[in-house]
Amino acid sequence: MATTATTGTASRWRALTHHHLFWPVAVLVALLLVNVPFTPDFFSIRMTDGHLYGSLVSIVLFGSPLILVAVGMTLVIATGGIDLSVGAVVAITGALTCSYISDQADQNALAGVFLAMGIGLVAAVVCGLWNGFLVARMGIQPIIATLIIMVAGRGVAQLITDGQIITINSEPYKLIGGGYWLTLPFSIFVVAAVVAITVALTRRTALGLLVESVGGNAEASRLVGIRSMRIKIMVYVFCALCAGIAGLMISSNTSAADGNNAGLWIELDAILAVVIGGTSLLGGRFSVGGTVVGALVIQTLTTTIYTIGVPTQTNLVFKAAVVIVVCLLQSPKFRAKVFGARFGSKPGATGGTSPAAPAKTVTTPADAAPKMEVS
Amino acid sequence: MTATTKTPPSQDSRTAPMSASKVSAVLADRRLPVLVTATLFLAMYITGLGRYQNYGFGEPQVFLNLFIDNGYLLVAAVGATFVILSGGIDLSVGSVIGFTTMFTAWLVERQGVPILLVIPMALAVGAFGGFLMGYVIQNFEIQPFIVTLAGLFLFRGLCLVISKESIAIGDATVSSMAQAQAQLGVGFLSVGAIIALVVLAAAFYILHYSRFGRRVYAIGGNEQSALLMGLPQGGTKIAVYTVSGFCSALAGLLFTLYIQSGDPLHATGMELDAIAAVVIGGTLLTGGSGYVLGTLFGVLVLGLIKSLIQFEGTLSSWWTKIATGVLLCAFILIQRAMTARKKT
Repeated sequence: MATTATTGTASRWRALTHHHLFWPVAVLVALLLVNVPFTPDFFSIRMTDGHLYGSLVSIVLFGSPLILVAVGMTLVIATGGIDLSVGAVVAITGALTCSYISDQADQNALAGVFLAMGIGLVAAVVCGLWNGFLVARMGIQPIIATLIIMVAGRGVAQLITDGQIITINSEPYKLIGGGYWLTLPFSIFVVAAVVAITVALTRRTALGLLVESVGGNAEASRLVGIRSMRIKIMVYVFCALCAGIAGLMISSNTSAADGNNAGLWIELDAILAVVIGGTSLLGGRFSVGGTVVGALVIQTLTTTIYTIGVPTQTNLVFKAAVVIVVCLLQSPKFRAKVFGARFGSKPGATGGTSPAAPAKTVTTPADAAPKMEVS
Repeated sequence: MTATTKTPPSQDSRTAPMSASKVSAVLADRRLPVLVTATLFLAMYITGLGRYQNYGFGEPQVFLNLFIDNGYLLVAAVGATFVILSGGIDLSVGSVIGFTTMFTAWLVERQGVPILLVIPMALAVGAFGGFLMGYVIQNFEIQPFIVTLAGLFLFRGLCLVISKESIAIGDATVSSMAQAQAQLGVGFLSVGAIIALVVLAAAFYILHYSRFGRRVYAIGGNEQSALLMGLPQGGTKIAVYTVSGFCSALAGLLFTLYIQSGDPLHATGMELDAIAAVVIGGTLLTGGSGYVLGTLFGVLVLGLIKSLIQFEGTLSSWWTKIATGVLLCAFILIQRAMTARKKT
C-alpha cells in the first residue's frame, strides 16, 4: 500500500511540475518571497481613503500596461511572428489621445474624452493592419515588417505632439491609468477584461486552435482550409489594439504624452514576458496565462530590486540574467547537456515542461523564414 | 545558384531591347538593390545641391562630413552585415556601443588608464561579449533574437552599473586623437572616418574574397546545405557574432572620440539604425545575399537624410525617423519583389 501511495503522490507531483504554468509561477512566488525579509509587511494590504494599498496591488497596477502589451504579443508570437512596433504604437496612441483632449475647451467632457480615446485606438488598429498587411499579404519577415513602424512610429508620435510633452488635465481620462473603482485601481479591471476576453476567444472558440495551427505551419493550415492570411492580420491588429489600450493607460497615468519615451523598450519586456510564460518564439503554441505570470515576474523583479536596496540601475543586468536562465532552461539542447544524465532515464521528462521542445526540427531563423514567407 | 546567374542578365540588358524578360532579369540581378540605393543617394545629393547650393551644400567638406559624422554607424553596420548575411540578427549593437563609451570614459577619466591601453581592452570586451552570444546561440540552439536581446539588457545594465551620469573626457591624448585630421586637398577626414573606411575595406575583402566570407554566405543561404557540405558551421556562426561584437566595440570607441564623453544612454536604439542601413543597402534579411558596399550606401543615405534636414533648418529632427522608416519600407518591398521573382 505504501508504495502505491508514494507513486500516487509522485505522479501527482510530476503532473504538477510538468504543468506549463509551474515554472513561471514558481519563479514568481520565489521572487515575491525574496521581498519578505526586506519588507516584512510585503504581503499586507491595507485600506486607505477607501482604496486598497499594498505592494501586491502596486505590482499589478504598474505591471498593467506590460500585461496588456504582452497578451497581444503572445498571439502574434503564437503565429510564429513578432511585433517590434508596440512601443511606437503606445507612443502614437498616447500622443493622439492627449493632443485631442488638450485641444478641447472642456477637458473633463466625457464625449470629448471618449472620442479622443476612439481616435487613439483607431490609429493603433491602423498600425496593426499595416503590420498584418506587410507580414501576411506581402510575406515580409515579421521582425523587419514591424521594424518600420518601430523606427518611424516615434517620429510620427513626435510629429503629433510637435516634439513637446503634452500635459492634460482631464479627470475622466485620469481614471483609466490612475483612478480607482471598487477600491481597486481601475487599470486592473481593464487588464482583467482584456485577458478574460482573450482567453474566452482563444480557448472557448476554435480561434486559439487556428492561431496555433497557423503558427505551426501556415502553408499546411491554408491547405486544410484555414484562412491563415486573415488569422495573421487579425493577431497583428489585436496586438496593436492591446498596445493602444496600454498607451491610453500610460498617458492617463502620467496625464501626459511623451512621443520619445512613452512605451520605450516595452516591446522587449513584452517579448521577455511571453518567453518567461513558456510560449515558444517559434510559434505554434501559446499560453495567455503564462504570459500574464511572465509579465508579473518582470514587474515583481523590478519592485524587488527597489525593495532589497540594490541600486536600480542594475535592473537591466538582472533582467538579462533572467532572460538567459529562462532561455537556457527552455533549450532542449542545454537540458540534455546539463541534466542529460538525470532526465535521460525518464522518457518524456524533457518534453513535458517546455513548449520549446517539440519545435526541435525547426532550429534556426533561416529555416523558419521561408515558412513565414508562404502565405 | 544566384552566383551563376549573376552575369548573364547584365549582358542581356546591353543587347536585348526592353521587354518583359529583361525586366525580370533586372529584378533578378543581385546587384539591383545596391544600385537602387546608390542611385537614391545620388538623387538625394543632387536635390540637395539644387536646394541648398547657396548655403554651401556643394562644398566637398559637406560630403566628407558624411563619413566623419557617421563613421561609427558605418563600423557598427559593417558588423551587422556579417550577422545578417549569416541569417542571424544582433540586437546588442547599440548597447555595446554605449557600454564602450562608458567603459572608456570611466577607465581614462576615473582610473587614469592611458587610452592606448584602454582601446585593446574595450575591443576585447566587445569581441568576448559577441563570442559568448554566438556560443550560446550555436550550442544551445536558442534564437539569436532572444540571446542578443539579453545582450542588449546586459550591456545597457553594465553601463548604468559603471555610472548613472555621463562622464566627460578631458584627456589630452583623446582630444588630440579626436581633433587629428587627414588633409585630402579638397577637405579633411577625421581619424574615426579613416578607421571606418579601413574597416569597410577589410570587411569587403573578408566577405568577398576569403574562405570565411564564403562560409558566411553559405550558412545564410541555406544552413542545412552548408552543414551537409561539411562547412564548419558552428565555428563560423560564433565567429560572425564575435566580429559583430568587435565592430560594435570599435564603433563605440569611434563614438567616444566623436562625442568625447561616456554616457549610459549613448547610442540607444542604434542597433536599429545599423539594421536599417544594412537593409537599405540591399542585404537580404533572410541571409545569404548582399554586398558590404551596399551597407556603405545605406549609411550614407541615412547620413544624408540627417544633413538635408539640417540644411532645411525648419524641418525637425523627428522627420529623420519618419524618412528612415519610409526608406526602410520601400527597400523591404523591393527585396520582397526580388525574392518573389526568384522563386517563380
